[in-house]
Amino acid sequence: MSKSKFKNPVVKWIDHRLPVFSFMDHELNHYPTPKNLNYFWNFGSLAGFALVAMIVTGIVLSMNYTAHVDYAFDSVERIMRDVNHGWLIRYIHMNGASFFFIVVYIHIFRGLYYGSYKAPRELLWILGVLILLLMMATAFMGYVLPWGQMSFWGATVITNLFSAIPLVGENIVTWLWGGFSVDNSTLNRFFSLHFVLPFVIVGVVILHLVALHRFGSNNPIGIDVKGTQDTVPFSPYYTIKDLFGLSVFLSFFAAAVFFFPNFMGHPDNYIEANPMVTPAHIVPEWYFLPFYAILRAIPDKLGGVLFMFGAIAVLFILPWLDRSSVRSSQFRPIYKIFFWILLLDCILLGYLGAMPAEGIYVILSRIATAYYFFHFLILFPLLPYIEKTKPLPISISEPILGGGSTASAFAVREKK
Amino acid sequence: MINHSSSFFSNNIVKLYLGLLIIFSSNLSFAAGDKISYPQLNWSFSGILGTFDRASQQRGLQVYKEVCSGCHGMRLLAYRNLKAIGYNEDEIKAFASENSVNTINDDGEVVERPARPSDKFVSPYPNDKAARAANGGAYPPDLSLIVKARPDGANYLHALLTGYIDAPADQKVPDGMYYNKYYSGNLIGMPQPLYDDGVEYADGTKATPDQMAKDVTAFLAWASEPEMEDRKRLGISVMLFLLLLTALSYFAMKQIWAPIKNQ
Repeated sequence: MSKSKFKNPVVKWIDHRLPVFSFMDHELNHYPTPKNLNYFWNFGSLAGFALVAMIVTGIVLSMNYTAHVDYAFDSVERIMRDVNHGWLIRYIHMNGASFFFIVVYIHIFRGLYYGSYKAPRELLWILGVLILLLMMATAFMGYVLPWGQMSFWGATVITNLFSAIPLVGENIVTWLWGGFSVDNSTLNRFFSLHFVLPFVIVGVVILHLVALHRFGSNNPIGIDVKGTQDTVPFSPYYTIKDLFGLSVFLSFFAAAVFFFPNFMGHPDNYIEANPMVTPAHIVPEWYFLPFYAILRAIPDKLGGVLFMFGAIAVLFILPWLDRSSVRSSQFRPIYKIFFWILLLDCILLGYLGAMPAEGIYVILSRIATAYYFFHFLILFPLLPYIEKTKPLPISISEPILGGGSTASAFAVREKK
Repeated sequence: MINHSSSFFSNNIVKLYLGLLIIFSSNLSFAAGDKISYPQLNWSFSGILGTFDRASQQRGLQVYKEVCSGCHGMRLLAYRNLKAIGYNEDEIKAFASENSVNTINDDGEVVERPARPSDKFVSPYPNDKAARAANGGAYPPDLSLIVKARPDGANYLHALLTGYIDAPADQKVPDGMYYNKYYSGNLIGMPQPLYDDGVEYADGTKATPDQMAKDVTAFLAWASEPEMEDRKRLGISVMLFLLLLTALSYFAMKQIWAPIKNQ
């Protein structure tokens, strides 16, 4: 730290007193990243982008939104019709929620496949699960704000779940509502919380990044970085790769916003909330459907609620449930098969969550729920005792370089 | 990934990207899982390049005004919005002034004045209860968002408006109810609204129930999504920009990574 690496005198002066530029240079520019990351490692930065996009559009929307049961629906329609490009802002926000969940779910399954939650990244993973939980709360409350039929009835069904808690359940529900039904005070507090929780998410994301940068990214073969020959500096290698990933992501996102903005929504939410008329099927947003299926699979109300929250809770303790020391599924032939079964199981649960709770759907949801918990609570701890893992490579460079050159990517970059 | 001789379009990632994008952008209209299926019409406004048919919309406004507006309001639409379907200011002023709205004069009395272009469409009933009372307890829904608020809205609306048939012999139709083959449960509170020559079109189009249903649906589809044409037009530009950005960032990425991949 003897000589400043910055040429600009203003930057140099500031950095000497407040080393933010050194920090950014260190964490975003030189930050050594495994050179073998595949495209599944793009989804972290995409989730970050989605969070920022949601906050920016959300703040603009809040400037035109009225959190009152008599005006909320009409204020959203005013945004759609009379605010300049209000439809664009609102459709970005509305579809942004879905796309945020898409990238986060892929990000999570990436972690599951490559064992990114294992030591020493346990806290990184736990912070990620916490972000997921906060996202779910935020998304749920956001969906209530347009005050359509699904907003109202979704809020009624989900808040009523807390009444399953023994003894104090009813009191808790009244406390959550701020009254004796979902009404104006509920809408007001949901707006308030929907506004503030994203900033809590930003805080946890910062911790998530601090934890990430402690040991760096995991990688597809799941073995530790042995030296500079295994890494490349984040910039330009991963800045450009993230830009490419972002362009691809935005192409799909824009196609949805401009051509199918209501595809992932429910038509009933364009009918203003009416406490006297219950919709034929109350379905949550698609990203909650697997959890909704678990909730309905359990015949007991309290049991259903416990299993639904349990489905998230098992993720928190996953680093200790999985007893295998091998991270990447590439070297775990049996776990690899079960990984795909789990993915299909979650997709099946999502499908079942959208179906009416009757007949074959109930039986299938019970089987799928049983498998979900079997996978986490039994398979993860016991599989390592019977699974014979494949031999691990010596280093990240070895399978790519064939053991020849040890030239560092940093050196390549300096030469230019 | 190590093979650099492959051209841009033969790369698997590129193929996957373009393939998915094409599938995604082609008409993604999933049936909503309803048991009743209705005829799928070829609307001018469907598809990613679809636009509204002005003449049809204007005829639809006439159908709304002469038939539907007796019972159904459109409270989210303002008279000024009609500019978007091809009316000039004088026409809009004249159209608005056929209705009257309550206002408070300088003496604090409630008085009526003719509606202005800035006013929202005047609803036929002063409130929901009055609407119910006048329609045997059934509430005629506001039509501002009706096409967006029903699965497969445009086709559903057209089907519903043309779906009145004689009830089957074993079906009892109570007083004040009507039989419609496309309505959920088949018994609907709305009597058949469209008959041959129910309106007289200024442009000479023959006013069959099917034609009127198509026209009023085109009008209501616009009322639900007045931004649709702007949205799709902007969407095309944005997509072209993003395709270019994707291609450029792809080549930049390949070039930057080349020394690493060739090690």
